[in-house]
Amino acid sequence: MTKKELADVIHTKIGLSKRESAEIVEFFFDITKDRLSKGEGIKLPRFGSFRVQNRKARKGRNPATGETIEIAERKAVVFKPSRFLRDSIDKHTD
Amino acid sequence: MKRSDIEKELAEKFNLQPSQSEQILDTIIEHMTEVLENDGRIEIRGFGSFFTKSYGSYEGRNPRTGDKVTVSSKKLPHFRPSRELIGKLNDED
Repeated sequence: MTKKELADVIHTKIGLSKRESAEIVEFFFDITKDRLSKGEGIKLPRFGSFRVQNRKARKGRNPATGETIEIAERKAVVFKPSRFLRDSIDKHTD
Repeated sequence: MKRSDIEKELAEKFNLQPSQSEQILDTIIEHMTEVLENDGRIEIRGFGSFFTKSYGSYEGRNPRTGDKVTVSSKKLPHFRPSRELIGKLNDED
C-alpha cells in the first residue's frame, strides 16, 4: 500500500476530491514527520505510538574491511503498536 | 501530539468540518490496519514502511519464576523509518 491508495480510499469513503485527498495524506505524514524531528512523540489510539529515542555512541566494525569505526550518538524512531493493532493482526493469522 | 491535534491541524489547513477530519483519521488508521492484517506492506515514501513478521512458537521462561512456558506462534507489526526521516531527526538534511 502506498500514499496513493490511502488517498483513493479517502476519496471514495469521504467524497473529497482526489487531489485534496492526496494533499491530506501528504500533510498527515508531513506533520507526523515534522513533530518527530522536533523530538515530539505521536499517539494514534488503536494504531500505535511513535517516539524518538536516543541511541548511544558505540564502536562498530565495517563488515567488509574489519575496520573499527566510531558510530556517533544518534536519534531513532520507535513505533510501538497498540494492543488493538497487535491483536487484530495476530488473530487474522489463524 | 495526540490524534485530536492532528485533526485540528487538518481541519484548519483544508477548511474541513471537525467531523470530517475525524473521519479522515479513522479512514487512514482503519485502512492501514486492514492492509497489515492481510499481510500487506505499507510503504510511505519519505516516512517509512510498515510490515508484519511471523514468529514460530518457542519454549520460553518466565523471567520471574524461571518456569518453562510455551510461547505460541505470533505475527507482529513493525515500522522501519525511512532514511529521510532518520536524517531529519539527526539534522542531516
